[in-house]
Amino acid sequence: MAATQTTNGPRKRVTAMLLLPTTLWFLLLLVMPLVVITVYSLGERAPAGGYQPALTLAQYANLPARLKAFTNTLTLAPLGTLICLLIAYPLAYFLALKASRRTKAFLLTLVIVPFWTSFLIRTYAWIYILGGRGIPRLLEMIGIEDLRLINTPTAVLIGIVYGYLPLMVFPIYVSLEKLDKSLLEASNDLGANPIRTFFQVTLPLSAPGLITGSLLVFILLMGEYLIPALLGGGKVFFVGNALVDLFLQSRNWPFGSAVALTLVGIMLVAITLYLSLLGRQRRHQDVSIL
Amino acid sequence: MPTQPNNSQDVDIEFRGVTKRFADVVAVDDVSISVERGSFFSFLGPSGCGKTTSLRLIAGFEQPTAGDVMIGGRSVVGVPPFKRPVNMVFQHYALFPHFTVADNIGYGLRQQKPRPDKQEIARRVGETLELVRLDGYERRRIWELSGGQQQRVALARALINRPTVLLLDEPLAALDRKLRQEMQIELQTLQRDVGITFVLVTHDQEEALSMSDTICIMHEGHIVQIGEPRQLYDDPINHYVADFVGKSNFFWGTVEEVNGAVAAVTIDSGLKLSGRLPKGGRSLSPGDSAAIAVRPEVVLIGRPGAEALAATDVRAPARIKNRIFLGEQTEYLVAAERLGDVLVLSSKHNETVTGRLSTGDSVEIGWRTESTLALEKT
Repeated sequence: MAATQTTNGPRKRVTAMLLLPTTLWFLLLLVMPLVVITVYSLGERAPAGGYQPALTLAQYANLPARLKAFTNTLTLAPLGTLICLLIAYPLAYFLALKASRRTKAFLLTLVIVPFWTSFLIRTYAWIYILGGRGIPRLLEMIGIEDLRLINTPTAVLIGIVYGYLPLMVFPIYVSLEKLDKSLLEASNDLGANPIRTFFQVTLPLSAPGLITGSLLVFILLMGEYLIPALLGGGKVFFVGNALVDLFLQSRNWPFGSAVALTLVGIMLVAITLYLSLLGRQRRHQDVSIL
Repeated sequence: MPTQPNNSQDVDIEFRGVTKRFADVVAVDDVSISVERGSFFSFLGPSGCGKTTSLRLIAGFEQPTAGDVMIGGRSVVGVPPFKRPVNMVFQHYALFPHFTVADNIGYGLRQQKPRPDKQEIARRVGETLELVRLDGYERRRIWELSGGQQQRVALARALINRPTVLLLDEPLAALDRKLRQEMQIELQTLQRDVGITFVLVTHDQEEALSMSDTICIMHEGHIVQIGEPRQLYDDPINHYVADFVGKSNFFWGTVEEVNGAVAAVTIDSGLKLSGRLPKGGRSLSPGDSAAIAVRPEVVLIGRPGAEALAATDVRAPARIKNRIFLGEQTEYLVAAERLGDVLVLSSKHNETVTGRLSTGDSVEIGWRTESTLALEKT
């Protein structure tokens, strides 16, 4: 091997060394746990809780017992992502294309400032705002009575949009900021009104930011635990809440593992579908719009 | 419309007292011009002179603070860009990166109502690509093209809409010298072929001189002079124009007397020089500060006492400080007695008479008063 040792040799070794920590991290904290819960999911609950070895699909057969958690997650996560997107896009558009430099700096700070306080505390604050003495009380004053917000899907959605909006705003903002403004003028000059310009130029060219933001928010939301726990009050629970319950309360590790793996599987399928759908549309556009 | 001028059929663009103010900066100040149908018109000036703002006022990206902008005899104040019958070639082309060449060029047609059908669009895209000599490039992506090719796509994208006026914002600035010269010829040919009025913005005097029918020289938002290239070169109305269009030697001093169309100026060294007053320029009066402008090519150079210099009105001994060989011509920088540094452009033919001159040689320079100008500063 010494004969093939070129100047590339040391460089390769440096690369390997630099990648070593990540590789170890990846193996220890991602691959191993995944293997462990795969093994667990095929086992049985020990009489006193925990895991005892077995080889059965019984845990997967039992999945419908947690159907509600899955349907909640699979409706509220995409819906939350969509609402975030619809609110974030106009905001990012305004920031990147319309705001003056000072307004821009001010508004960007406003988007960031909430991060200075713990997410947990901010979500707690929402319990009060959405609770009996918060918004419902205000609405009572103008005659809208008997409105319950806390512990409803709406409360969870509000919490989601509040917490995840910045994650959607920033990628879209960056992609719009990079957009060459003379392209918008060119489109205008060639006879496209502002609305057509938006759909033909601005939107397609900001698609990367839009996709990044949506994936980021969606993936995090699929594993969300805190918001449903606090604002859903045990009535609107996600898969994340079901997992905490299974592992810590009923100590049914094999069933918990099966639920967790199923969630991973669903996520993989959803993201693959989403990306391939977008990909097909973009390829189609590449071929020709004529 | 009672205020319409009677020659409106021949005028494509007209500015009437147009002013554009940005906050506290006046970019265009009370400018009135008219651009003849089918002509090649250029705005020429350094950056910040208001030429780009003028172009954007025609395109509709800016609205005038005061005055009237008219296209084809109709006022377009308040009309947005997408409703104006003009198209623009942007400085950095502004081609859509997510479209193919064909989709970029067909963009304008797809916005029309009613929208032409696909075959019609494809046919006209093909035609226009042929016009800019890019046939067969329909399916290419923008980033696969060279700078010159992108330039042509931008031209095609604007021309396919058959605009009344084509606006060009420093279209050749990003190209290298050789390509730029090729494109200059091509643009001129194209303009003659399609018969559309071209309005060009440039800071490059060579570009403006070589392509335009009419040049408008601007300075700090004002028009300094409008005229044919030849007229601007031969009769610049002041120092600013003479300095911007071509090269000149300027000898500054005070006007001594004005005699008809000739002014005598005592320059700072005490020497008295005369120059012709330019046609269309303001008259000078004794006591005014003025410059005698001498183009390098009218300065003759020879060995002391050379016969060729006998017919000159102004003569001075000089020493060659620098010599730049330009091929067809040679440029000398000489230090002349009481004149200071003088730039001289000498043809190859002249060298056969004078013999080869080198740096350090003692020479004599001279010129005829009729080929010099007496100019005010601005």
